[in-house]
This record gives sequence, structure tokens and C-alpha cells, in this order.
Amino acid sequence: MRHIISILLENESGALSRVAGLFSARAYNIESLSVAPTDDPSLSRMTIVTTGTDEIIEQINKQLNKLVDVVKLMDMTADVHIERELMLIKVNATDGERDEVKRLVDIFHGSVIDVTDTTYTIEITGNGDKLNAFMEALSSISILEVVRSGLIGISRGDKAFG
Amino acid sequence: MELTGADIVIQSLKAEGVEFVFGYPGGAVLHIYDAFYKQEDVQHILVRHEQGATHAADGYARATGKAGVVLVTSGPGATNAVTGIATAYMDSIPMVVITGQVPKHLIGNDAFQEVDSVGITRPVVKHNFLIEDVKDIATTFKKAFYIATTGRPGPVVIDIPKDVTAERCEFNYPSEIKMRSYNPTVKGHIGQIKRATELLVSAERPMVYTGGGVILGDAAEQLTTLTRKLGYPITNTLMGLGAYPANDRQFVGMLGMHGTYEANMGMHQCDVLLAVGARFDDRVTGNLEKFCPDAKIIHIDVDPSSISKNVKVDIPIVGHVAQVLDNFLKVLDETGMEPNTSALEKWWAQIEEWRSQDCLKYDSASELIKPQYVIEQLHELTKGDAFVTSDVGQHQMWAAQYYGFNKPRRWINSGGLGTMGFGMPAAIGVQLAYPDETVVCITGEASIQMCIQELSTCKQYGLPIKVICLNNGYMGMVRQWQEFFYEKRYAMSYFDALPDFVALTESYGHSGIQITRPADVRGALEEALARKDELVFLDFITDKTENVYPMIPAGAGLNEMILV
Repeated sequence: MRHIISILLENESGALSRVAGLFSARAYNIESLSVAPTDDPSLSRMTIVTTGTDEIIEQINKQLNKLVDVVKLMDMTADVHIERELMLIKVNATDGERDEVKRLVDIFHGSVIDVTDTTYTIEITGNGDKLNAFMEALSSISILEVVRSGLIGISRGDKAFG
Repeated sequence: MELTGADIVIQSLKAEGVEFVFGYPGGAVLHIYDAFYKQEDVQHILVRHEQGATHAADGYARATGKAGVVLVTSGPGATNAVTGIATAYMDSIPMVVITGQVPKHLIGNDAFQEVDSVGITRPVVKHNFLIEDVKDIATTFKKAFYIATTGRPGPVVIDIPKDVTAERCEFNYPSEIKMRSYNPTVKGHIGQIKRATELLVSAERPMVYTGGGVILGDAAEQLTTLTRKLGYPITNTLMGLGAYPANDRQFVGMLGMHGTYEANMGMHQCDVLLAVGARFDDRVTGNLEKFCPDAKIIHIDVDPSSISKNVKVDIPIVGHVAQVLDNFLKVLDETGMEPNTSALEKWWAQIEEWRSQDCLKYDSASELIKPQYVIEQLHELTKGDAFVTSDVGQHQMWAAQYYGFNKPRRWINSGGLGTMGFGMPAAIGVQLAYPDETVVCITGEASIQMCIQELSTCKQYGLPIKVICLNNGYMGMVRQWQEFFYEKRYAMSYFDALPDFVALTESYGHSGIQITRPADVRGALEEALARKDELVFLDFITDKTENVYPMIPAGAGLNEMILV
């Protein structure tokens, strides 16, 4: 099953490779991983999307907790939460395609953030399904480049992790 | 007062109460060696290879419970230390390893003797540090010792660039340290302990299975008290030997791949299993599908990730084993709960029947020296009280099966990683810690050659270790597997050329004796043990074809042993 694990870890050099190294050393999957400092610059927040049986997910949580740089960890899969991912996508847009692409961008609440005579660069956020659906909708258009940020997530309600 | 980084390293070690640093100098650590030269508080032991330094520190740590300390240079110094660091990591041994690093401005430059020590050691340490500022040295050392010795212990590497050891700053060693991301104090949940106690006393066919965690957690006394009070059979893993006296009737021997018939059958048929400080390693469980099919399992461990990793347990208890076992005793006292004695009587009758198989018997009338006989004689002569280190292979299993350890921290071997070459340097660490005790290194002619250079270290520091080499001319365990599973195709397991170990030992300045007849075994051991002030190398030419029994082949259950 797919799990989203949020980690607060010391914002120190090497902390990322400890986490990534753990996953590769123990043959766990990483579907996506994103990390950046938080409002407290001494802490980074990492979101990992992984898959595995219940036993493997339990081990992933325990092994992550064992890392000295990990301050706190939460598997947000079971809680009500919001997932977001940012995608930047550059497509061919000439003649009639320009209107068609613009319409799709509006439908998906994205925006065109760079324009040339022949291309659009689009920014779009949402959960993974939405981004996939957008790419599907563009299937008749030639996609030149796709950049996805990897998923981040936060729990709903007044409960805060930190 | 302002000190150099190198002096701060020494002062930090002193503040931690470090007696010995095992090391080998080189360019990146010369400032630190210079600081060593100017003081007498911390003694430096010069080994002959960095692997030896790590195993010596490891042996010291296993025998004393204190962190072993290593100092090596950058590049090859660090990479040579990796095997020893991994050895300590697999067996959860507290160790602090200081590696020199090239100066900061050269890091990442492919400089001479540069290697990414933090990167290379990351998967085999509990934690590691790269110090970038002289002001961080003292705090980092405090953290390193704290991390290495608390919770589930393990090795910690501190990588220090050369320029940092030359810079100066004020030295203040922190008296205590707190880390928001590391909190190793865990107390066993009392509700779980009560539930576990109830389950334990309700058992009809109970088994106590304990591992290295009992030794590391200094819980042998609590374990012995509890086991005696309950009257249950107890088995130890390879790492757990000595936690319960081997000469006690309730001890049914080691379990696992080369465990006794009674221990493995007891495990297979038990209805309640109390696992303490053990991690259900594959060499213990055999085929997981067939492991303890009827048992409810209670598992006590300080490391939550050990629980339900390989075997799903019914009552997990995370906590320090000594404290948890104390609580078990308290609950028993307070509630007056008692074990089911009539069921227990039947269970013991069954165990005694298994025991009567005498699974460790061997041909004692042989004209060749049987390795088992050597170990038995050693046990008799040392009354089971010596510190015994070993290398890895058949001799290690025979030592574990036949020596009979009655006290914790006396059996020192590489269980998890299985590192050949461990025994001799480990014995150095033990003998330094206990200069007046008998320290024996049980080895084979293959393993001993992997770190034989440390005979020179023994000479330099006058360490009277007794080396017992069970020399069968083969990598015995490899040969045994080839005999059993590869139709006797002995690929590369035979040595066509072996050194004359007696002459070799003599060239290092020690004395050696070669023994070829069973009748001479006891006399040679007596003579070696009587020579209190010198290292003696006993080269026992043993039966080449002897195998370790019982044996559980790969993929089999604990009840599917090959017996002699």
C-alpha cells in the first residue's frame, strides 16, 4: 500500500543521504521524496511517498525513527490530509493548439507562466492524480519537458506536526 | 585556556575516562599524535593494521562494557577500519572511531589520502560526524560517546579535517548533553509486562531465549534470577552465551544452526517463548515459516525496530532489558503468580529425553586430535572462567558449543558480521582491560592469518594471550558446506601452503608449540596457561574431516537438524 511519511529532521549536511541510504540499503521503495527547510531553519521537513506491506511500512517507520537526525516522524496516510504536488510542463503550442492548451490550463486551474511563439510553459498544482489527468488531457499536444516536485502533504484540522 | 583542536581531542577523551586508544598514525592525524606525545593520561596502543585497531577496541568494549576508542588516519586508514566498524555495528558494540580527514579546503578535491569517510561508513555506524569547526570538537565528542553507549549501543565515527586539529579555541567539555532528535531512555510498559507475566506463568511448555542484548544491557543477574525462579529451560544465542551459567541444569545450550538438539527441539515445541535482547536472526530461526509454530511470543528489546522485524510477536516490550526483567520479578512477587509445575514437570521430562541424545558427542577414541576435545580440556583447565575470543568458522562454533561460559562478557566473537581476523586483535583489547586474567584466542589456521600481524602488537605491549589454533588445513566451515551441499567439491577451501606457525610466532618474539597427538593436548594447554607472562601459540593439528554438529541446513526448521 502507498504511504506518505512526513519527517522533521535536523537541517544538517548528510541528513538527506542518511534517509536515502536507509531506503536503498534495506531495499525499501521511494516513489517520491521532497525536502526543504521549515520556518525553523535548523529543521527540514521531508515528505516521502513509499509503498510496501504493513510489515515493511512498520519497519520503515521504526528504522527512520532510529536515525539520529530524525526529530519526529508521522505516517499521514491514515489521517485526513491534503496532498499537493507542483508540476512545470513545457509544451509545443502553435496555431490552433494555443487556444486548446490555454482552455485545458484553465479547466485544471493551472497557469501559463512563460510564452514563446511556439511554446507554453505551464504551472499546475494538485495531487498526483490531477497532474496525471492533466498530462493525459494534453495527449494530443507534444510535451517537451516535465518537472514534478514530488509530493508534499499536511494534515487537515487544527492539529500541527512540529 | 585556549587549546589546539588536537589537544581538545585528547582532553575530550580524558574527560570521557578513556584508558586506551587503539590506532595507527598517518598524515591527517599527525597533530593529534603530537598531542598524544605530550601527555600521559590516555594510552595509545599502536596496532599493525587499522582493522586490528577496530577489533581491539571492540574486544575491549565487549569485555568491559565501556566504549572502545580508535584513531586512524584519512583515506586507507579509514577504509581499513571499515570492516571493524561494521563488525561492531552488527553486534551493537559501543565504539568511537576518530578518522583523520584532509584539510577542509581540499575536501572533495580527490586530495592525497582523501576518502569520504562519513559517506563510506554511514551504513555501518549508529551515527557519524564531520567536524568543520574547532569549536564543535568537545560537543561532538560528548555526543559521540553518548550515542555510542546508550540505547542500543553501536559505533560512532568522528571525521576531523587536519586543519581543524591545528586551530585553537577555548576548551569546555560539556558535563551533559541533550539531543532533541535522540532520546534513548525507554522504560518497559508496565501494563505489557503484567500481561507478559501472566502469559509466561500460564505456559505448559515454556522456553526462554536470550541474546546479546542481555550481555550488552548488563542484565545477566536479573535473567538468572527470573529463570531460576520460574524453573524454565533457557537457551542462549551465540551472542548471548554467558548470560546464564552454562553449568546450570536449566541451561539447554545454544540454539540455532549449530545449536543443541534439546534447545532447538524445545524452541520448536514450546507454547510460550520469552525472547530477551535477541533479534531472531536467520542463523537462529532457520526457516521462518517453520519457526516456533505453537508459541505465543513475548519479546523484550531496547530497539523497537528489532521487534516484529522477522517474527511477528504477541507481546512486545520496548525497554532496557535489566529494568524490564526487574519489573517481571516485581510483578511475580507482588501478585504471587506461580508457574504451572505439573505441566513443567512433563516438559522437563521431554527435554531430558532430548538431552539424553547427547548431540555433542564425538569420537573421543580417535587417534587424531578432535577439536572438541581441545575446547573441553581448555574449559576444564580454566574452569570456564577465561575470557575467550574467537575468529569465525568451525572453531568458533566448537568454542561456543564446548567451552561452557558461566559468566557474561567472557565470550567475545563476531556473531553478526562473521569477521575472520577478529579474534587475535579482540584478545589484545581484552588483555589490556584485564591484564591479570587468562585471555584465550580460539582460532583456525585460516582466520588467524587475516590479522596475524597483531602478534607484533602483543610483543610490544607484553600481552600474554594464549592462542589456540585448531589447524585442520582447511577453511573448515567452507569445507563442511562443500562436503554437505556441493558433493565434496572442495573449491579453494584447502591451503596448499601454510606457514610454520611455531616458527612464525617465534619470529614475532613469542613461543609456539605444535601438538599432533591427543595425549599431548592437556599437557600443552597446562604448559601454556602456566606461562603467565608470555604469549604462547598452540598449533593443534586436528582431524581434517571433523564437522560441526548438529546442523540445520538452509531452509529447514529448527526440528530438522542433521545429527552426528
